[in-house]
Amino acid sequence: MTSAAHVTLRAAEKSFQRPGSKEIVHAMGPIDLDLRKGEFFAVVGPSGCGKSTMLELIAGLTTASKGGVEFEGNAIGNRIPDGVGVVFQEDASFPWMTVRNNIEFGLRRTKLSREEREGRVSRALNMMGLSAFAESYPAQLSGGMRQRVCIARTLVTQPRLILLDEPFGALDQQTRLLMGDELLRLWRHTGATVFLITHALDEAAMLADRIGVMSARPGRLLDIVETGWPKDRDSRIVEDNRFGEITARLWRSLRTESMKSMGKAGAA
Amino acid sequence: MSGSQTALRNAAILILLVLICWQLLYWDVGDIALRSPAQTLSYVGTLLVGDMIWPHLWETMRAFVMALILAIVSGLTIGFTLGYSRSAAQTFEPILVAFYSIPKITLYPILLLIFGLGISAKVAFGTIHGIIPIALFTMNAVRNVRPVLIKTGKVMQLSQADMVRTILFPAALPEIFTGLRVGFSLTLIGTLLGEMFASQSGLGFLLMNAIGLHNIDLIMAITLILVVFAATVSSVLLFYDHKLHGQR
Amino acid sequence: MSRPAIYRLVIILGFVALLEVLCLTGTIDVITMQPPHRMIMDLFAMLSSGSLNAAIAKTLSNAAIAFVLALVVGVMTAVVLYRFRLARDVLDPLFATYYAIPVFAFYPLLIIVLGLGDAPQILLGFMLAVVAVIVNTLNGLDRVPRVLLKTARVNHMGPVETAAKIMLPSAAPYVLTGAKLAVAYSLIGIIGAEFIMSRGGMGYEISFAYNNFDNATMYPLIILILFVSISVNTILAYWEKRLMRRRGQG
Repeated sequence: MTSAAHVTLRAAEKSFQRPGSKEIVHAMGPIDLDLRKGEFFAVVGPSGCGKSTMLELIAGLTTASKGGVEFEGNAIGNRIPDGVGVVFQEDASFPWMTVRNNIEFGLRRTKLSREEREGRVSRALNMMGLSAFAESYPAQLSGGMRQRVCIARTLVTQPRLILLDEPFGALDQQTRLLMGDELLRLWRHTGATVFLITHALDEAAMLADRIGVMSARPGRLLDIVETGWPKDRDSRIVEDNRFGEITARLWRSLRTESMKSMGKAGAA
Repeated sequence: MSGSQTALRNAAILILLVLICWQLLYWDVGDIALRSPAQTLSYVGTLLVGDMIWPHLWETMRAFVMALILAIVSGLTIGFTLGYSRSAAQTFEPILVAFYSIPKITLYPILLLIFGLGISAKVAFGTIHGIIPIALFTMNAVRNVRPVLIKTGKVMQLSQADMVRTILFPAALPEIFTGLRVGFSLTLIGTLLGEMFASQSGLGFLLMNAIGLHNIDLIMAITLILVVFAATVSSVLLFYDHKLHGQR
Repeated sequence: MSRPAIYRLVIILGFVALLEVLCLTGTIDVITMQPPHRMIMDLFAMLSSGSLNAAIAKTLSNAAIAFVLALVVGVMTAVVLYRFRLARDVLDPLFATYYAIPVFAFYPLLIIVLGLGDAPQILLGFMLAVVAVIVNTLNGLDRVPRVLLKTARVNHMGPVETAAKIMLPSAAPYVLTGAKLAVAYSLIGIIGAEFIMSRGGMGYEISFAYNNFDNATMYPLIILILFVSISVNTILAYWEKRLMRRRGQG
């Protein structure tokens, strides 16, 4: 019987062999996790704990060494499942295309009519505030805007699951906060399940319904914090009393893990 | 002053400098070894109006274009294959690099023995000069495509062919183009050198002939024609090269 | 030995073995090419008899001189051009189109001006090699991180000191790339000149041997040149890799 969860990780583990040596690195897991349909789930953890690995497992970009990953009840092998959108930390916009063409590229494998395509692209441009820059090239835009282009490119496919790997990592703090608000707007508008990796505790606490705290490598889930925020929230949620508590709880779990990770990172 | 205006101004300054140096050198060395710019230009005029040079020009062009097409097609294929497959690259790259570093002029006698005198030898010379830089630049260009762009293509479930066509190739294009530019120059030189040693026709042959007969007018005229041709095409390619790189 | 290195060795040995078989069975006739083992034997015979040692020494030493000249002049020119932007911008198209110019066409003119000694050849090799050094050194200088230059200013370093102690060391891997090319070009310049017109040197001997169907002399000489250029190149490449690795860029 298929579980009601949108995404399931069952005792998922990932190990890999360092290129050029016999050493096997146990990067992540075992992890058990159920993502509820339509929820906003954030993951925080120290550097190198395997957060990105978890995202890549769900996206189908890599396979689990042990255990399994399911999306909408189907096991994800090495195939990228349909209906999943991914936003990476680095700028993935294509410098040789205009913003509009970049976004339209997301519809590459779909068989939509011309009007539908143009409609979706225009809506995405509007939603991300890029309409004025539709004919510009990414090189002419700021880092934040380029990330918006990448997000817009994901949106046109109307994904049911959106994975974001530290999407705002390269941006300054103010832009991050504003982008967070935009992400919440998108989440409400599309009704998709959102899985966000971030190293910023306040960002996780502000945006998510639930937050998973990962241990140092090999990353396992130490704690899952429920925020219980109302659906129509924005960055002003930081004024809520419980915001401080949640961030404090996250740091309590994370502090020791981060120190462990720094010790190891010194040798890397 | 806009970018292209500056470029044109600089090119004009360069040409002027070259002409001045040339004239000064001529005044210093004299008719025994050189001709002045004016003399050379007028001789070129005479040649172009006459009948003698055109068959040779045609012959050189023919060989060069063939060599270039061969070099580009093979170079791109090798470059893409090696860029795509890490194991193939690790195995073959040092061989390619070693091949790039040897003075290919030493292989000429061997090529002559294999191909005999005639157009195939010339084309072979030209091709072996151009193929390596094109392959190496293409290989590096493909390897250096930012991983995040490839991941994006995977996430969009692009087929292998689609990935190469819509992401890999455009992303790698600027560096591939530089390789093509270098390949153009080297193929031209290779074809010419081939003609100098292995042919009874073509500009290279004419040049060797002129050297043997101490015909300074002809030496300078042919050199001028070659330089103008090479410089013009190279500059156009360089212009596009800069444009492609500027897009990033 | 790493796996790719093993594959490479197998491929190269396989190729040589193939040649050997083709030559021995007569598929490749003996006038075109001799079996590889004969080439090696002839090479040893030639070296031990010392008959061509003078020619070999002449070519290699001339190439070495051209190489060193190209390196020194090239690097210094690059440093100067880096400083004077206008000069660099004007000369840039020249450098970009330089290698399409048949520099060999100037050889007879050089002989007339400089006489029949070694100077024209060396100059030719120099002319071919120097631009590769300039272009690659400029490339390396362009990539010196700004922050290092600022550090130099903050430490009151003058332009010459900055160039010598900061810019050139930082650009070293790229200078080496130019040096590798300069090795090839110096050899091409000298040997090509010897092909065209010369009284001695390896190029002359190869050309002579070719015209006289003397494969026993021609092939060993060719192999010797290939061996020298590949060796020098490998050493430079190894050095370049070490530099890059030390900087975490390997």
